[in-house]
Amino acid sequence: MSEERVIDVRGLTKRFGDKTVVDHFDIAVSKGAIYGFLGPNGSGKTTTIRMLCGLLLPDEGEGQCLGFDVRREAGKIKAEVGYMTQKFSLYEDLTIRENLDFVARMYRVKDRKSRVDGALADLGLADRAGQLAGTLSGGWKQRLALAACLIHDPKLLLLDEPTAGVDPKARRDFWDEIRRLSKAGVTVLVSTHYMDEAIQCDFITYIAYGKKLIDGRATEIPTMVGLTTWRAEGPELVALEDALKGQPGVDQVARFGSALHVSGTDAAALAATVAKFQNHKRQRWSEVPAGLEEAFIYLMAGARDNFSRDAA
Amino acid sequence: MNLRFSLSRFVAVLWKEFIQMRRDRVTFGMMIGLPIIQLMLFGFAINADPRHLPTLVEVNDDGPLTRALLAGMDTSGYFDFIGQVRGPDAGEEALRRGEANFVVVIPADFERDVVRGLRPNLLIAADASDPSAVSGAAAAMSGIVNGAIAQTLTGPLSPAAGAPLPFEVIVHRQYNPEGKTSTNIVPGLLAIILSMTMVMITAVAIVKERERGTMEMLISTPVTPLEVMLGKILPYVFVGYVQTAVFLVAAFAVFQVPFTGTFSAFFFGFNLFVLGNLALGFLISTVAKNQMQAMQLSFFTILPSILLSGFMFPFAGMPGWAQAIGTGVPATHFIRLIRKVMLKGAGTFDVTAELTALGVIVLVITVIAMLRYRQTLD
Repeated sequence: MSEERVIDVRGLTKRFGDKTVVDHFDIAVSKGAIYGFLGPNGSGKTTTIRMLCGLLLPDEGEGQCLGFDVRREAGKIKAEVGYMTQKFSLYEDLTIRENLDFVARMYRVKDRKSRVDGALADLGLADRAGQLAGTLSGGWKQRLALAACLIHDPKLLLLDEPTAGVDPKARRDFWDEIRRLSKAGVTVLVSTHYMDEAIQCDFITYIAYGKKLIDGRATEIPTMVGLTTWRAEGPELVALEDALKGQPGVDQVARFGSALHVSGTDAAALAATVAKFQNHKRQRWSEVPAGLEEAFIYLMAGARDNFSRDAA
Repeated sequence: MNLRFSLSRFVAVLWKEFIQMRRDRVTFGMMIGLPIIQLMLFGFAINADPRHLPTLVEVNDDGPLTRALLAGMDTSGYFDFIGQVRGPDAGEEALRRGEANFVVVIPADFERDVVRGLRPNLLIAADASDPSAVSGAAAAMSGIVNGAIAQTLTGPLSPAAGAPLPFEVIVHRQYNPEGKTSTNIVPGLLAIILSMTMVMITAVAIVKERERGTMEMLISTPVTPLEVMLGKILPYVFVGYVQTAVFLVAAFAVFQVPFTGTFSAFFFGFNLFVLGNLALGFLISTVAKNQMQAMQLSFFTILPSILLSGFMFPFAGMPGWAQAIGTGVPATHFIRLIRKVMLKGAGTFDVTAELTALGVIVLVITVIAMLRYRQTLD
């Protein structure tokens, strides 16, 4: 590839005790891309992000992040990365302005006063700058956290489940901001559980048990997963859903608004099953191109919660 | 609404509580460990009537009465003769440096003067900066004296044995002539106050960052561990200075405890002690998982500072194992140092032993804490 690589690591591995949390993970991210990290709980998303920004030292693996070695130059990487933790990690007993000012000092931001004022104005919190951060609502805390990790103009944003517990409107605003940053050349790596967020990403990698299962452009993911999908519309969809489950060729049945999407990797077997149900004439059937949603439901179903290894 | 007491609900709550108790290892350890340790300390280590106190003798005369007297003191169990001194300066010096609790001075021509009925003075200089260490031994003196007299002043010498006593025992309570408890307790109290606040505040302040997740944000910035540690610890050094200033004023104004030594001796010892406590708090923060555990562990370290340091109970009265533990406690050395400086007029030279001990303890704790800190960051 000719485009500039912001992250390029190979064989990243992290073990805690005898448990391998991240297992030989490769990732290449180009400048300005929005890269989505998907995977169930405990799949190693947070650990990978922590290794990329120098919070954890990888046991194995090598590579560069922003042109600096991930093993030896963690300090230089940290200076140009904005990392937003999963949990609100600013000081609840400092005011909004004090928090921003503190973070700016940590990065030794020039013209600190005007940067902080600017960030407060962008947030729309200028008149509440003296309020304690702990008194903010979830959505506001998240906006403040984003503003704090942007205060030093990072080249790379690492966002660890940034919108957990935030209402839909705030999430939409948040993603508008992320896309704006991406256009301005900031590379964004974001981990998420939400499918509507995954769809916003240019590239997607899916992790389970610390291993990368799939990695590619968001538009190519459905093809890579290789699903065929039929759409059924009409009455009695609940009964139909129950009847379809377990039939030959049917890997998943998912409700999409007023329709049912039936998908499977074995196109022929699925077609045969669908043909059987089409005879009932209760619902209208049509074959549709498999989308990202179906692909994700399929992937998610394949890898349950990674804390319970035996179950999977 | 069903307001009846449900046994199964009650049992469920009870059971849940036991499970949580068991999972919190540190708290569980404290619940089992604290009573055992307190029992050991109060039961065995603490002795309010200490014996075997180090004693020096300055012998300017020799004779059967002197020998009987010294033998009587030795067998009483209160006095352990550790050597002889020549001249009053050497005895004074040993008392100030804390090498001996007593210096017994047998005056020249003691035996002759007794026989002549001149009632010479037998001087016992005692370090009364810890009155409870001295009082038992001093009280035992009259019995010892009577025994020695009965043993030696017999036959032709018996007229000299009559009442009043043929010689006068003068116990010279040095450094605290009135034997006031506050003079003994107040200087040591600074060590306890600093131990309690410094250790706990530091431990909790660091654990709080980890517990709330702010530490993750902090170390994701280019800030270095040294910057974080110094930045977090120095404010509490300042708190320590304020506490000490308040303490010194109160000690002088309210309790009339003198400050007879040099300030530099105090200053060096005080800074080393504060540093040691902060390092200890830092060490605790690498062990504790949450603020509650940090509090408990801090409290746990304060226990030996109170009981084994010589603060409340005479150090010399404790058995060997308790003294060994006490020697590892920074408060032990700081309490000795501050009593010497405030009460005995000690200068920096007189407290070199305490300064060295504090320095070693600070170094050891800091090294362990630093080693542990690196591990927990990753």
